[in-house]
Amino acid sequence: MSDIAIQVENLSKQYRIGTKEIQHDTLMSAAVAWVKSPLENFRQLRRLSSFKNGDEADVLWALRDVSFTVKHGEVLGIIGRNGAGKSTLLKILSRITPPSSGRIMLNGRVASLLEVGTGFHPELTGRENIYLNGTILGMTRTEVEHKFDEIMNFSGVERFIDTPVKRYSSGMKVRLAFAVAAHLEPEILLVDEVLAVGDAEFQKKCLGKMSEVAQTGRTVIFVSHNMAAVNQLCERGIVLVDGELRFEGSTEQAIEKYLRDDSAIQSATIDTSQLTGRSGTGDGRILEVRLSDESGNPSTQFGIGDALTVELRGVVYEPIHRLSMGVEITTLEGLGLLNLRTDSQGIDFGPYRANDEIRFQIKVPSLPFYPNTYLVRPWIAERGGKRIDYVQEGITLTLEAKGNYLSERMIQAGRGLVILDAHWLEKPHSVS
Amino acid sequence: MNIGKTALNQTIIESPKGWQAINWRELWQYKDLFYFLVLRDIKVLYKQTILGFAWAIIRPVFSMVVFTIIFGNIAQVDSDGVPYAVFSYVALVPWTYFAAALTGSTESLIGNSGMLTKVYFPRLVFPLAPVFAKLVDFVIAFIIIIVMMIWFQIVPTINILFLPLLILLMILTALGMGMWLAALAVQYRDVKHAMSFATQLLMYAAPVVWPVSALTERFGETARLVYGLYPMAGVIEGFRAALLNTTPMPWDLIGLGTVSAVIIALSGAFYFRRMEGVFADVA
Repeated sequence: MSDIAIQVENLSKQYRIGTKEIQHDTLMSAAVAWVKSPLENFRQLRRLSSFKNGDEADVLWALRDVSFTVKHGEVLGIIGRNGAGKSTLLKILSRITPPSSGRIMLNGRVASLLEVGTGFHPELTGRENIYLNGTILGMTRTEVEHKFDEIMNFSGVERFIDTPVKRYSSGMKVRLAFAVAAHLEPEILLVDEVLAVGDAEFQKKCLGKMSEVAQTGRTVIFVSHNMAAVNQLCERGIVLVDGELRFEGSTEQAIEKYLRDDSAIQSATIDTSQLTGRSGTGDGRILEVRLSDESGNPSTQFGIGDALTVELRGVVYEPIHRLSMGVEITTLEGLGLLNLRTDSQGIDFGPYRANDEIRFQIKVPSLPFYPNTYLVRPWIAERGGKRIDYVQEGITLTLEAKGNYLSERMIQAGRGLVILDAHWLEKPHSVS
Repeated sequence: MNIGKTALNQTIIESPKGWQAINWRELWQYKDLFYFLVLRDIKVLYKQTILGFAWAIIRPVFSMVVFTIIFGNIAQVDSDGVPYAVFSYVALVPWTYFAAALTGSTESLIGNSGMLTKVYFPRLVFPLAPVFAKLVDFVIAFIIIIVMMIWFQIVPTINILFLPLLILLMILTALGMGMWLAALAVQYRDVKHAMSFATQLLMYAAPVVWPVSALTERFGETARLVYGLYPMAGVIEGFRAALLNTTPMPWDLIGLGTVSAVIIALSGAFYFRRMEGVFADVA
C-alpha cells in the first residue's frame, strides 16, 4: 500500500450564484414578465445544476485547480478566510457534493465531521439518537453497540439516556453528539469547524480528543478559523485564497502567510458579523471591530508599548439592563495576556432596549508584549449573567519592535511574553 | 458522483459524467443506517399524540364512512355486489399506504436537507425509508379489513395467496414514483405544493370509489387495458378480487401495472442517481 492517504488533483468546483432581478418600468412589461415567469423560473432552476457555457457572469469558482497530497498519519490544516473554499473542499472530500472537474483518490475508510449531531431527532431518546447518528456517520450497528457504554460515559448524560433529546439542554445535546463523533474510528477523518460550538470547556475537550485522534496515526484534515487549534493539532497547513491554493508547508509558515495576507487584504476595521468562531447566548452581536493607534489612525500593526484603541459596534436583540464588556488579548495559541473587563472596575452600561445599537471605545494604555502576532477578542455580557457574544476567533494584531527596542536582538518572539521598562539602579559599592 | 471502490478501501471521486448505475454494494453497506432511518420514521410518526397508532385506522375508516354515504348511498355507485363500505375500505387500505409513502418519499430529500448537506451516504436511502416505514400503518389498517370481512361474512378466495405479490407491486409503485418526485422536488419546489392535490386526483383516477367494471362497461376492453398501465388499478382491483371475490383475479391489469411500475422504478432510480450529485448544492 502506498503511503499516500489523500491525493487531490486539479480539483475545481463551480457554483451558480443568483442573477439580478430585472426591473420593469411599465405595468405592461411587468404583466408580460409575470405571464412568462414560470418559463423563466424553470430556465433558472434548471441552470442550477448545469454548467454548459463555462465562464458565465453568475458562475462562482469556489475552488480552482487545487492539488495536494496527504500522507498516511499526517494531520493537515486547511486555513483561509470565509469564502476561500475550505468548506467546499471538505464537502467534496466527504462526497457530499461532486467536483466540477479534477480527481481525488482516498486510501482508507473515510469519516467526515462537518457538524456534530447530524440527523439528531428531537423526539427520539438519547439512546436512539446514538444509534441513528452513529450509523449516519458510517458506523455499523454492531460497532455502535460495542462502543455504546463508552459513548454514554463520555457524554456524561447517562441519567437522561432514555429521555427524548428535545428535553436536553443545548449543552447536553452537543456533548452527546460529540461523544458519538469522538468514537468514530476511520482511517481518514475530515473535520470542519465543529470546535466552534459549545462553551470553552467543551471546546477544550474537543481539542483534546482531536489531538488524541491525531496521535494514533490517523490521517486528519482539519478546517478551522481557530489558528490556535490549527497550530496545536496540525503538522502541515495549506492556505486557500479565493478558491486557489496559495501556500503549502509547515503549520507555522502557513499561519504566518495567512495572517500576513489577511492583514494586507483587510483594513483595520473588521466586519465581525459573519465570523463563525464565537460563542455566547446570541442575544446580541458584535458586528464590527476597529483598531486604531494613539492618534486615531486605523492600524493592525503596533510597536511595543504603544497605546491601542478598540472600537466596537454591535446590536442587542433582547433588552439588556446592565451590560458589561471586555477585551482579551491572547497569543495565537490562546494564552491570555490581558483581560480587560468593565466589571473588574465596577463599570457597566445600559439599559438597552431590544434592537438598540451599541458602540464603545476602549483605550488600552499600553501593549507591553514581545513582538509577535496576537489576537484581540472582544466580548459583551449581561452584568452578572451569561456572555452574550464572544468573538473567540479574534482580530489579529501584530506587534513589532520599535523605538528603543528596535536594535536589541534579544527582543524576539519566544524570549518572553510581557516586556516592561524597569528602573535599574546601581547601588553604591565598595571599590577595591 | 463517480465512486469507484477497489481493494484497500480506495475511493475515487470524480465529476459525474452521464448516467450512473446503482451501486448495490454501497447500498448494502449502509443497511444499518437504513434500518435506523425506518425505525426513526416509525417511532417519530405518532409521538406526542393521544391516539397513537389508532391514527393508522382512523384515516381510512373515516374516508370509508364518507365515501359510503356519498358514493354508496347518495350517488349509488356500483360496488360489484358487495357492501359499499367493505368495497371502498379494501381499496382505501392500499391507497392510504400508497399516498402516504409517495408523499413521504417525495418530501424525504427536502425534509432531510440538514443531513443531505452535512454527511454522505447513498441518497437512495432517503426515499426508500418512508416506503418501508409506512408499511406499519398498512398492516394496522389491514386488521380492520379482517374485522369487516367477518362482520359482513365474506369468505376470501384462494387468490388471497397472491396478496403478497400485490403488496410488492404497491411498494414498487410508491418507490418508483417517489424516486422521481423526490429528485424533482429538490430542484423544483412546485412538486411539494402540488403533492396534496395530486394525490387527491390520483385517488379518483384509481378505482378506489368506483369499480373497474364500470369503466369497461362504458368505454370497452381497450380502455381497460390502457387503464391497466396505472399500477394502482391492478393493485386495488386485485385486492378486491382476492378478498371479496368481486371479479375474477384481474391478471391483465396486474400484468400491465407490473410492467409500467418496473419501468417507472428503473427510470426513477436512474434519474435519481443522475441528479444525486447536485442534491447538496440545490437543496
